Amino acid sequence: MLQIEGAVVQFGDRRVLDGVDLTVDATETIAVLGPSGSGKTTLLRAVAGLQRLDAGTMSWDGEDLGAVAAHERHFGLMFQEYALFPHLDVAGNVEFGLRMTSRDRAAHRRRVDEVLELVGLGGFGTRRVASLSGGEQQRIALARALAVSPRLLMLDEPLGALDRVWRRRLLAEIRAILDRAALPALYVTHDHEEAFAIANRVAIMRDGRVVQVGSPVDVWRAPADAWTATFLGFGPVVAAEVRDGWVRTPWGPILAPAREPAGPVDAVVRPDGARIDESGSIDATIVGSVFTGTHMELAAVAGSGPALTVVTCPTGAPAVGDRVRLSVDPDALLVYPRRAD
Amino acid sequence: MSDSEVRSRPVSGRRARVVQVAVPLGFLGVFFAWPLVSIFAHSLRADAIGNVLTDPTLQRVAWFTLWQAVLSTILTLVVGLPAAYVVARFDFRGRRAFRAFVTVPFVLPTVVVATAFLAMLRPGGPLAFLHWQRGVAPMLIAHVFFNVAVVVRTVGGFWANLDPRREEAARMLGASRFRAFRHVTLPLLSPSIIAAASIVFLFTFTSFGVALLLSDPGHATLEVEIYRQAVELFDLRTAAALALVQIVAVLAVVFALARAQERRAVAQRLVGGADAARRPRGREKVVVGGVLAATTLFLGGPLAVLVWRSLRIGGHWSLGSYRALGSGASTNTLFVSPWAAVRNSVEFAVIATVIALVVGGLASVAIASRPGGATRSFDAFLMLPLGTSAVTVGFGFLIAFEHAPGSLATSPLLVPIAHAVVAIPFVVRAVVPALRSIDPKLRDAATMLGAGPRRVWREVDLPITARAFAVAAGFCAAVSLGEFGATLFIARPDWPTVPIAIQRFLARPGEINVDQALAMSVVLMFLTAAVVFAIERVRVRDLGEL
Repeated sequence: MLQIEGAVVQFGDRRVLDGVDLTVDATETIAVLGPSGSGKTTLLRAVAGLQRLDAGTMSWDGEDLGAVAAHERHFGLMFQEYALFPHLDVAGNVEFGLRMTSRDRAAHRRRVDEVLELVGLGGFGTRRVASLSGGEQQRIALARALAVSPRLLMLDEPLGALDRVWRRRLLAEIRAILDRAALPALYVTHDHEEAFAIANRVAIMRDGRVVQVGSPVDVWRAPADAWTATFLGFGPVVAAEVRDGWVRTPWGPILAPAREPAGPVDAVVRPDGARIDESGSIDATIVGSVFTGTHMELAAVAGSGPALTVVTCPTGAPAVGDRVRLSVDPDALLVYPRRAD
Repeated sequence: MSDSEVRSRPVSGRRARVVQVAVPLGFLGVFFAWPLVSIFAHSLRADAIGNVLTDPTLQRVAWFTLWQAVLSTILTLVVGLPAAYVVARFDFRGRRAFRAFVTVPFVLPTVVVATAFLAMLRPGGPLAFLHWQRGVAPMLIAHVFFNVAVVVRTVGGFWANLDPRREEAARMLGASRFRAFRHVTLPLLSPSIIAAASIVFLFTFTSFGVALLLSDPGHATLEVEIYRQAVELFDLRTAAALALVQIVAVLAVVFALARAQERRAVAQRLVGGADAARRPRGREKVVVGGVLAATTLFLGGPLAVLVWRSLRIGGHWSLGSYRALGSGASTNTLFVSPWAAVRNSVEFAVIATVIALVVGGLASVAIASRPGGATRSFDAFLMLPLGTSAVTVGFGFLIAFEHAPGSLATSPLLVPIAHAVVAIPFVVRAVVPALRSIDPKLRDAATMLGAGPRRVWREVDLPITARAFAVAAGFCAAVSLGEFGATLFIARPDWPTVPIAIQRFLARPGEINVDQALAMSVVLMFLTAAVVFAIERVRVRDLGEL
């Protein structure tokens, strides 16, 4: 179990990590999700031991990692652009970590074949690294990290450099491989869909802090604040007021979530929240319509508010210009106390 | 700024870093800075400087050094520019081979070139009809022979990347071929011409081997005069004062030329060499063929004559000169057998290469891993031997270690150490770019796979920079094999290197000694060629794999 407490890393007068607390349990995959510059890669490098902490502690199963050098931590790290060794072939790359601790070449060869098989690239051993496609390089990098059976696997934007088709395929593969290897993993990404798909728990980072940790569904259901909701692609955020069990929004009144105290708030509607409903309380006009291939995304204007997104079934969807009534699920209306900024 | 762009501080290796800086500083401090300081100290005694500056004989030497360097530079440009033009603008069979061939004289030892020119001018040689004695003319021609490569490589390389359409545009606007060159191409080329000229000027200004062996005593360069004052007249103060004058002059020239180059550099569109070069057409064929033939004859002739004459004795083909290398007669001249000199040269080359690779390698790691002002000063200090003439280094050794403790003063090891001092800048210039080109993430990746700092160096840095180290090693070996100026001061009489042996043979009267010098020169030429060929092999093989 990895435990991080109050981790601080400072570059000049900038705190790249500003008091991070995080725990990774024995076999879970945690996705560290945040925009670029939020400190997630630095967090990974600090856990790896490639970056010294200016304050705070890290421990593994109770043992303080502060005095353990990076190469003695037995953590695996898969780099953003893979960082495969150009002077070695595929087998040489995968075998690298094994050679650091043992000289049993026969055992190495067996293990290399095994992990190459695991990532679906059996027989690639003698290929030159430069001759591989992006997706193949990515899987070799994964095989290289897995070959030494690390205690913890860290992946830094592993799909960042790949195109969309490869991303989908590899995401599922990585998930399956992590499940099979049954080892704890830290998965850094800026893409929430990727994070939700891969992780047991998601840790959201902003400006060097972890602002929320929870299961993907929990985080999605209730982002910790308006910024997180926006980062997850929810929006827009509008100024509203809670009064008498209703949230007065620019779109119209929406039933307030239970036990919401009265006062000024920021309100966001989750993408699944608004739906076309004859008995709804909001009058709206459809101003835009996009067919995504699986569903229809409508833009609806109501009251004085910005356009709301309404997701519907493609068949029987209203056309642009149609007037409709909308209702918003109180559970999907996210309200946050108004912040000074 | 994204997370990955943030520079991270390395976690380990403080002690290693101290070693990386301390060893090069210590080595060059003792074997480069201390000799220079010794020269300073000597020159300040008893107003040696004042005497030197007012002595009319020495003023003549300084004046001669300057004008022969200017003249050599101009002549080199005159001979080199046509070849640079042909190589840059035209595509012909054997273009790569020609470019490699042009470089050959540049890497040859000075004594080999000097002997080759003597072989041409001596009775029985193809240029004997000129009746030239040792003097200014052979020296100037040898300077041109040596430095044509600088012009062809520097200017030719730049010219090949210059967009030819600009010149075509000028022609379309009504400029004649000459005017288009004069007003469009020449101004654009000028930074590279200045760069080449400044390098040639520095080389010829500090010319020693060629000047000593090919010029007459009445026309000595500063380098030769330092040698004569120190070794023949035992006037260390005058020699030191001259060395100081030389150092100041070289620094002034380097500084002035660097400034000039900065001012002239023009940002311009460059194209890949491939689309700029084309096959010659019509009259161009004559021009290209003529330039190629003339250049090949000029550069290949002396070397061919050298080999030819080494195989002739008394008008007959014979291997006698080579056989005599093992005989007692030669041993009398050298104190040891000529083959012992070959062995010395090879051994010294190996030792010098090892020292230069270790010291230069450590320094390169320090320079590559830590950018910043302190590193830049460190880097600049390491480059100083490049701007210091070999004679200055050798003379500095002579006076600095004359009273050195222990056996250092008489140790034959001083020779390879001096060679290493001269070679270290080459190692640094070859290795630092290679180290900088390594993605730091590769080192992180190795670390995460369980490699400690030393293992990372051995498994990542070393294999990836192996090519650069091999090239550097070849350079060191070539420099050491051919080094003449510094060695002449410090080689013990019973430990001569091949260049020293050649010089001793040439200094003795008698046909047999000249024949020996020719044979030794051929041996040295092939030794050097073997090393250079090995470097090229490493380069080509590595490129083939990538």
